[in-house]
Amino acid sequence: MTDIETFRQETRAWLEANCPASMRTPMAESETVWGGRNASFKNPDSKAWLEAMASKGWTAPKWPKAYGGGGLTGEEDRILQDELRRINARPALLSFGIWMFGPVILEFGTEEQKQTYLPDMVHGRTWWCQGYSEPGAGSDLAGLQTRAVLDGDDYVVDGQKVWTSYANHADWMLCLVRTEPNAPKHEGISVLLFDMKTPGVEVRPIKLISGASPFCETFLTNVRVPASQMLGPKNKGWDVAKRILQFERTNISASGFGSGAGLDLVDAAKESIGLENGKLANSDLRSRITKQRMYERAFHLTMRRGQEEAKAGAEVSHYASVLKIAAAKLNQDKTELLVEALGMEGLGWEGEGYRPEALKVTRDWLRAKANSIEGGTSEVNLNIVAKRVLGLRDHQ
Amino acid sequence: MAFSLTEDQTLLKDAADGFFADKAPVAGFRKLRDSKETLDPSLWGEIGAMGFAGAMIGENHGGSDMGLRAMGLVLEAQARTLGVSPLFQTGLMAPSILKLQGNTVQQDDYLPKIADGSLTFALALDEGAHHAPQKIETRATKTAGGWSLAGKKRFVQDGAHARILIVIARTDAGLGAFLVAGDAPGVTRHALSGVDSRDLADVTLDAVSVGDGAYLGDKPLDEATLDLILDHGRIGLCWEMMGLIGATFDMTHDYLKTRTQFGQLIGSFQALQHRAATMLVEIELTRSCVVAAIDAIERGKSVGEAVSLAKARTGDTLQLVTNETIQMHGGIGMTDAHDSGFYLKRARVLETAYGSSGFHRDRWAKLNAY
Repeated sequence: MTDIETFRQETRAWLEANCPASMRTPMAESETVWGGRNASFKNPDSKAWLEAMASKGWTAPKWPKAYGGGGLTGEEDRILQDELRRINARPALLSFGIWMFGPVILEFGTEEQKQTYLPDMVHGRTWWCQGYSEPGAGSDLAGLQTRAVLDGDDYVVDGQKVWTSYANHADWMLCLVRTEPNAPKHEGISVLLFDMKTPGVEVRPIKLISGASPFCETFLTNVRVPASQMLGPKNKGWDVAKRILQFERTNISASGFGSGAGLDLVDAAKESIGLENGKLANSDLRSRITKQRMYERAFHLTMRRGQEEAKAGAEVSHYASVLKIAAAKLNQDKTELLVEALGMEGLGWEGEGYRPEALKVTRDWLRAKANSIEGGTSEVNLNIVAKRVLGLRDHQ
Repeated sequence: MAFSLTEDQTLLKDAADGFFADKAPVAGFRKLRDSKETLDPSLWGEIGAMGFAGAMIGENHGGSDMGLRAMGLVLEAQARTLGVSPLFQTGLMAPSILKLQGNTVQQDDYLPKIADGSLTFALALDEGAHHAPQKIETRATKTAGGWSLAGKKRFVQDGAHARILIVIARTDAGLGAFLVAGDAPGVTRHALSGVDSRDLADVTLDAVSVGDGAYLGDKPLDEATLDLILDHGRIGLCWEMMGLIGATFDMTHDYLKTRTQFGQLIGSFQALQHRAATMLVEIELTRSCVVAAIDAIERGKSVGEAVSLAKARTGDTLQLVTNETIQMHGGIGMTDAHDSGFYLKRARVLETAYGSSGFHRDRWAKLNAY
């Protein structure tokens, strides 16, 4: 037997022995695991599953073992993911740290930083958030004004961040700060890592049109951060920031904005509207649903093509923006169609008289409006494609 | 899924791109159009010499056995420069029909003549303006030692010049496919002047008699087989459309980088940048679908769904890109002297052939039981 077949068999046997039965059922939203210092596990199996996976380093399968990762090759990782899918295993851990920040710490961090931060991410002991946008720096992210001034061995940070996802739950922030106010805007930015418990950090959740509060305002007042917690060279933070954005966009696209669970569009329309002669009774909606479904299929095929071409060594960095643009449209169109397919039942807010899955349709539809804004607006991503892929110049 | 090209396929693609750029530039098509010709025999001879016609034919029949994927690459290259030849009907449709429906005698007789370019074929299927493969009224009646065919086929691609017509006709046992010489008594071919200046003809069959050996496979052509044959053809059309998309997008991209107005390159205006980037997104999504459709054929799994996805998506993207090509070129794009109109005209014919985007979306929905 080849090594790779052995790996598959061993992986299968290990998962069989270590993945609890309740972790092989569809994820209940209330049972998702983000980890962190204050992690609570509604289902005790979630804790056991996280600990088991983290002990193998399989929450971050491709990171080096030296930092708690699984040390797997790309091929081994694909086999692991295959085997996890085969038993319908829930993700053991959802983690911005693993998706976006760990990879840049591996790329730009000091040895000490890697040792300090990565194992805690793998084990779900820290929940990280992203200090990027500011009230005056949205699409023009590089216009950020949060200042960090060196004072002895510390940077003193003053400013405000906004749209910080889950800052109210997070333990650590990766924060973009301005360290050189007089340089051109892209050349005076640095990256600081700090504990959210540091004095001077204040977080206020923002209530969205969907009723949920996934984003926060974060106020930073005289926050002292040891200079050793700067990631990458001073004033070169924009390079780190761009890498993270690529990971973020890829991750957003891959997740399909996380509303995969829930009602299936065709099933919902069939049930709510009915068939006539084997076809959906509303022929106009039928044709728009079909266009949407086919676009969705094209999108997933393109995700796979991107992965395959990356594997074959092709330059695919532009896929992150291409896929982000397509994914935003896809999810917004899908949620609009779901609302339409359910009629008045798709427009409930809460309480009795609506099925819970129909209420989720309403909330997902509202939440999806952010898809073309978060992680770089669709317009910013179109700019990136026009400039970096098509080589079109700026207006003079 | 095999999205990337193998080494052989890359070599073939480079050879095909070079060949058509050199031997069949757009200027060649313009000349043909101006002289109202729809066939360039010397180009077809060179295509035969390159071995392109035999890409889907086994080595035992004189072909190179490189398969549908390879034929797709050649058709894409040919379409990029608007090359005119019987390659699609003869090199792709005819071998697909012979292999999926013909018997070994028929395969031995005809496949080598396709591979060496000595015979050309045209599928005579549709009888109206809309693709409807099961709506066939042309009759084939059994006679002593053969069949008698009667009916009218409309909009037959390559129908004016093809040496052999593959006629789909209704027998008492269902549909059947028959090989009919283009010059057989009772066959009247009326060349049509279509918008894309290609070989297109109405064909009338009036008591045309053929021998028993002309009945492909000596058995009815069932619906699933006809679908599969047409799905091969649709993939070929998708590749041709990808060639048109590539050529028109490149043309437009170049224009955005060279044309100035208001003292600026027009490609520096964000309104145009976003539309160009949107086209690129659509093209990336489309290419994935076309490759996935070939993959489905090779695996024999969910072919109809994959092919209809590819045909609809390619048609939609081609329509977007050809329209934007005209718009972004402005007035010059409206002139006959500019090539963009040629691509626009050819585009709509390919979008319509073997089922429009709407036809394929409807088929996709039916295959998904709604």
